[in-house]
Amino acid sequence: MNDVSRLIAYRKRQDWWFQIVGALCTLVGVATLVALIVKLMLDGLPLLMRWRVFLFSNASYMPDESGILMAWVGSLCVMLVTFLTAVPLGVGAAIYLEEYAKKNRFTDLIEVNISNLAGVPSITYGLMALWLFGYLLGLSSSVLVGGLTLSLLILPIIIVATREALRSIPQAIREAAYAAGATKWQTIWYHMLPYSLGGIATGTIIAMSRAVGETAPLIVIGAAGWVSNLPPSPVTSHAPFLNFRWLNADFTVLPIQMFTWTADPDPAFQANAAAAGLVLIVFTLSMNAAAIIVRYRVRQKLKW
Amino acid sequence: MNESRPATRAGAVAASRTDYASSGHLKAEVRGLNFFYGQRHALKNVELPIPERTVTALIGPSGCGKSTLLRCFNRMHDLYPGNRYEGEIVLQPSGVNILSPAVDPMEMRLRTGMVFQKPNPFPKSIYENVAYGLRLRFVNKRSLLEERVEAALRSAALWDEVKDRLHQSAFKLSGGQQQRLCVARALATGPEILLLDEPTSALDPIATSRIEDMIFTLKEQVTILMVTHNMEQAARVADFTAFMYLGELVERGATSQFFQNPQNELTEKYLTGSFG
Repeated sequence: MNDVSRLIAYRKRQDWWFQIVGALCTLVGVATLVALIVKLMLDGLPLLMRWRVFLFSNASYMPDESGILMAWVGSLCVMLVTFLTAVPLGVGAAIYLEEYAKKNRFTDLIEVNISNLAGVPSITYGLMALWLFGYLLGLSSSVLVGGLTLSLLILPIIIVATREALRSIPQAIREAAYAAGATKWQTIWYHMLPYSLGGIATGTIIAMSRAVGETAPLIVIGAAGWVSNLPPSPVTSHAPFLNFRWLNADFTVLPIQMFTWTADPDPAFQANAAAAGLVLIVFTLSMNAAAIIVRYRVRQKLKW
Repeated sequence: MNESRPATRAGAVAASRTDYASSGHLKAEVRGLNFFYGQRHALKNVELPIPERTVTALIGPSGCGKSTLLRCFNRMHDLYPGNRYEGEIVLQPSGVNILSPAVDPMEMRLRTGMVFQKPNPFPKSIYENVAYGLRLRFVNKRSLLEERVEAALRSAALWDEVKDRLHQSAFKLSGGQQQRLCVARALATGPEILLLDEPTSALDPIATSRIEDMIFTLKEQVTILMVTHNMEQAARVADFTAFMYLGELVERGATSQFFQNPQNELTEKYLTGSFG
């Protein structure tokens, strides 16, 4: 009897110790994150309080009047190009691999490679893009090239997410569609795409929120640290009302702007970097929140 | 056909049971059918006539090949690589061999309707589920769609339960209703043969009995081939029953004779519950 109670006490002590260790581990992660955000806020909030100046001025040599206008407009333009190219390419490739391609060694190899590509360091994509767009196609650094570079970077993420979404559709639904005489394309268009839209959207948003924070590949392809003018407006007041010259414009993006400020010898610019960091964090957090909402909505609507 | 349903049905079954010889036209005929899943020889030299506008039931233990045989009729096996057919399934009156490589599997799927083990409605409205087959055929005229949807839902004995909520999600229906919806979906395009793959295996006894009633009425419009895991079900609804074992069709016959006086020892053992 005594032995049993001693054993129980010993095992309870073990439990207690592990709980302490686990709590400490959690604390390290959470505390670092909180400290980071608090520090950014302490440094950056004063500037963000004057958000009209900060959001709508260009960077200059005066820290107090320096803003992120060029950076966030640049980020937005680049993300637009990335979105418009990566989503159709990624979804198309995923549909082909999942629904059309024969399952053999070759497609297995492609599959493994795509999953691995999602983990390749982003600077490698910068090098590849520099070679492809710069040397091979003779393009100079521009919104278009920046967007395409990030598009290459997130393509594997979108492909993997779309394939997962397609795979989660029960085989019974495919069989029901085919048994009714549907062609492959009809099955994809009426069923596979609509039912996997939630997964595709979440994957896309998460990929985009990764792309918006990328610095390295854009520096490699020669994104500017400072630009003097906004890209020309994509919409014009006279026919044909659309203008594609913005694709050729010089650009900078939020993380590069932050990088330039932190590298500035004047310590006052650290506050600007912190404020820009806060804007970037809000940007990515709201994108992730959107992904969660989309996923939740779709899960409510569809059940198998 | 409501309160006195079971009695009426039993009487009707007895009256409608006929011999192959007196059953009139054949809708289809399986001749020397062999089927292979890659290396596995899943159907062995199967011969089976399917009389028109009757119910033919396939029974047998799990893995005996009954679903495999059913899925030959709409070439579902073509969806997966490595499957191979030998022999023929001749469709009457056209005399077309369903299994011929010259026949597009899509054509057979357009000419047959299929209902699966588990209800698998699309996550769309009730109306759109039934209209689906018509939309695939580019039928888009609203009045025609509405007419065909209603007729199909009536045939599947579901119309009265759903007529006020046609545009609600099909997932709001109970399991039995979902399965009848799947039958309506298969019927909407006027199939020549209705293929039922254990249509009641996922349903409770009441829902099962409603499906059986429905099958019983349906055979006036369409030839039905059904797989069932349940011998009593075959006895209740089928005009003809075939027993399969290890890929072979062991015995077939008019249901009453088949159950009362099985010729093969194996069939008798299965029917008396010695194995299966």
